[in-house]
Amino acid sequence: MKDDGVVWALAGHFALMSLFAMGGANAALPEMYRLAVETKQWMTDRQFADMFAIAQVTPGPNVIVVTMIGYHVAGIAGAVVATVSMCGPTCVLAYFVGGLWDRFKNAPWRVIVQNALVPLSLGLIGASTLVITQVVASSWTAAGLTAGTALLTYFFRMNPIWIFLAAALSGLFGLI
Amino acid sequence: MPSRDPAVKVEPSRLQILIAFATISLFGFGGVLAWSRRMMVDDRRWMTAEEFNDLYALCNFLPGPNIVNFSAVFGGRIGGVAGALTALVGLLGPPFAVVLGIGTLYAYFGAFDALRRMFAAVAAAAAGLLISTIIKMLAPLMRERFGASHVTMAGVFVAIGVLRWPLHWVLAAAIPASIALAWWRRR
Repeated sequence: MKDDGVVWALAGHFALMSLFAMGGANAALPEMYRLAVETKQWMTDRQFADMFAIAQVTPGPNVIVVTMIGYHVAGIAGAVVATVSMCGPTCVLAYFVGGLWDRFKNAPWRVIVQNALVPLSLGLIGASTLVITQVVASSWTAAGLTAGTALLTYFFRMNPIWIFLAAALSGLFGLI
Repeated sequence: MPSRDPAVKVEPSRLQILIAFATISLFGFGGVLAWSRRMMVDDRRWMTAEEFNDLYALCNFLPGPNIVNFSAVFGGRIGGVAGALTALVGLLGPPFAVVLGIGTLYAYFGAFDALRRMFAAVAAAAAGLLISTIIKMLAPLMRERFGASHVTMAGVFVAIGVLRWPLHWVLAAAIPASIALAWWRRR
């Protein structure tokens, strides 16, 4: 599958996504799902869910899910291209806007734009939560695990790493 | 030893930046920004608390992975393009290697029943974490009186989450609309 067409497709789609992923990489998960599972059919539902899981338990930023997708689609070249495309455009933007940002520290438009973008990223992350939950909560036990984790991390502020570890072990040994 | 006076800032070297971001990446599980704050402001004194807050606001405002933007801007302020690249390599290098390792194992063993159950369980738990995170993030907006913010948020949620429209088309319409509403409301 390592043909140039696929690598270019990864580059183009992730570069575009990079500029619209308001609220971080997790906000772009529905778009990644649409691209990788629905439009391009690079992977199944389950494979996408697995990659999401791997990215969440890997230390470091969540953006690493695009590395996983790129690697699955086109090997090392795909991993590098997907990662650079997802980070490159927004980093260049950040690098230049960083200077302007300081200069307009007290400008009224800066506050307005900042406030206007908050509900958009909340909407995106909410949509992301909905899409991912629909994909992964495919059985009653999975849905129970999702609900349980949500409650534990919300009410008890538990570090999710322990929940992930418990979930991984119970899955591995066939308890769920 | 760095000075204990919070007003005194320390200028890091390239190697220190690389190591710092690699450390943030590897140990900042479940909240990379909280970790970077502790390291940048409290431990190393590379930034003041105000500078950190301002940069944090910028990275939330910009599209793309927040902590990735943070590294690019922070590295860039200290060492230009080379500094930005150093910070990025530090941040993304370790998880990149880890993910390639797991990806290779996944390609060979991913179809085994035990591993399939394991991934499914972790994915289900990770979705739960997304749910509690978004509920916490929604709290400030829910305390506000119902208005334009709620409408734009709901619009984006439905367009992406339910109708599954392409991200860039939805935002190409929603960003100008939301800014226009915010502008109009303030006058």
